Amino acid sequence: MSVQTAVAAPSNGPATGTAKTTGTAAPANGLRQRLRTIALASIVPLCLLFMWDFMVRWTGTRLIPLPSGVATMMWDFAFGGIYDDAYSASLPIHFWKSVQRVYGGFLLAAVTGIPLGLMLGRIPLLRALLDPMLSLLRPVPVTAWLPLSMIFFGLGPKSAIFLVFLGAFYPILLNTVFGVKSVDARLYEAAEMLGCTGSQMFRAVVLPAALPSIFNGLRLGAGFAWILIVVGEMTGVPEGLGAVIMDGRTLSRTDLVITGMIIIGITGFLSDRILVLLSNYFLRWSPQQHA
Amino acid sequence: MLETQTHQRAAAPLILNVNGVHKEFAASNGTVEALRGVNIKINKGDFVCLLGASGCGKSTLLRIIAGFETATRGSVAVYGTEVDRPGPDRGMVFQDYALFPWLTVRENINFGPRHRGVPTPDIVKSTDRFLKMVGLTAFADRYPHQLSGGMKQRVAIARVLANDTDILLMDEPFGALDALTRSKLQEELIDIWKATKLTVIFVTHSVEEAVVLADKVVVMTAGPGRIDAEIDIDLPRPRDVSSPEFNTLRRDVTRRLTSHIARSQPVSATADA
Repeated sequence: MSVQTAVAAPSNGPATGTAKTTGTAAPANGLRQRLRTIALASIVPLCLLFMWDFMVRWTGTRLIPLPSGVATMMWDFAFGGIYDDAYSASLPIHFWKSVQRVYGGFLLAAVTGIPLGLMLGRIPLLRALLDPMLSLLRPVPVTAWLPLSMIFFGLGPKSAIFLVFLGAFYPILLNTVFGVKSVDARLYEAAEMLGCTGSQMFRAVVLPAALPSIFNGLRLGAGFAWILIVVGEMTGVPEGLGAVIMDGRTLSRTDLVITGMIIIGITGFLSDRILVLLSNYFLRWSPQQHA
Repeated sequence: MLETQTHQRAAAPLILNVNGVHKEFAASNGTVEALRGVNIKINKGDFVCLLGASGCGKSTLLRIIAGFETATRGSVAVYGTEVDRPGPDRGMVFQDYALFPWLTVRENINFGPRHRGVPTPDIVKSTDRFLKMVGLTAFADRYPHQLSGGMKQRVAIARVLANDTDILLMDEPFGALDALTRSKLQEELIDIWKATKLTVIFVTHSVEEAVVLADKVVVMTAGPGRIDAEIDIDLPRPRDVSSPEFNTLRRDVTRRLTSHIARSQPVSATADA
């Protein structure tokens, strides 16, 4: 800490060589800022971890494992060599299956939700045709679709993908429609008087202008997709993080349940970060856009 | 000198003919008459200012010429062809710029040519030319939110110029700018107009702006919008706003404008004016 302060201080010094000093000070400040962010972000989780440990020891419960027990389980789940049971070193396969289903359903929702949203926002006839139906279906909880989806798609991954798709579809669709409707009408006029017509307008104006809202929808949709994977994998699939959590429940292995929860949390967080990076890249023109 | 100028102007072909334009808007209590019987003839290369108080329908008239609105009765014709929609022959510069925020300065300027399928080498050449003309070559790769208001409006002008427009329509384009930037842009606009020999229709509510810029000032009156007078401005350019001739003309135009405001406003408002 003190070293960083020493490096940063000369930037307030005399004008000669200021450019050089700032040049070296900037990365140090950036690193310091980063460390500070990480330190601040870890305070609450560390406190919770400590409280968890303390409460389990204090109450002497056998229903919830200690953090150290979960850590051992996570290690075994990832690399094996401790318990040597059915779950040892099986993380890659469960993880990979869930990622496939989450992104399968999410991408399906994106490739249908975005174009449909662009058209619904722009074509009043289509809106009159579909809006009432979509509004009727929207309040139905995705979990309520579980029995029907098992009838439609059988027991297996297709059902999980369908549920993830349903959960991600509405936020993506509604945000896209909202984005299109809030485009400044002047931009259409400007494009029109410059000779941009009909279907060109979608690519040239509607899509880029609605992009900030679309990214909001994608982030929400991806969040729902990770939420729904547990529900989706209740439908009798043998592999997947959701399936692991359901197995843990039936076997009363709470350490396994918590391990699954933590891995889903971390993966969901990382997948959101990726979307934020993409969004920052595609919306670099927007003054409202920051990390 | 004056004779040859007059001669040239008379010889220039008629580019825009506004013929008996009426415009009514539907309102909650019936219809509102925005324009009544407007006739204007504009020759190629003219710089015309539409001058009037707010609510006189000058912007509505400009939007009808642009093709964003249709006249309830009457017609607008460019080179004898009736206008029924917006088109590249009539380029509009809006007060709030209406730049595409996701495109760089360069991409904004070549938006029109790209969408009309102009060959790439020609696009590059014309973009560079108009970037230079508005003095933004160094800012070609910036995004609109990184520019000042004056720079944004320069981009909006270049965007229309690069699209090979015949008539430049400007709707209070400098209204949101500070006084210094405004007079700088007025000068630049005159230079651009001279260099490109464009026809310009410029909407403003500032008498001074109209007299500085125009060959012809069209004074409009409100309720419903009509044309009150067409005043030719024969002052030599560049115009000196402190000269007696300029001030005489400004006074005449102001008197013309305020006489109808006095007539159409209630008594209390007249006292304030």
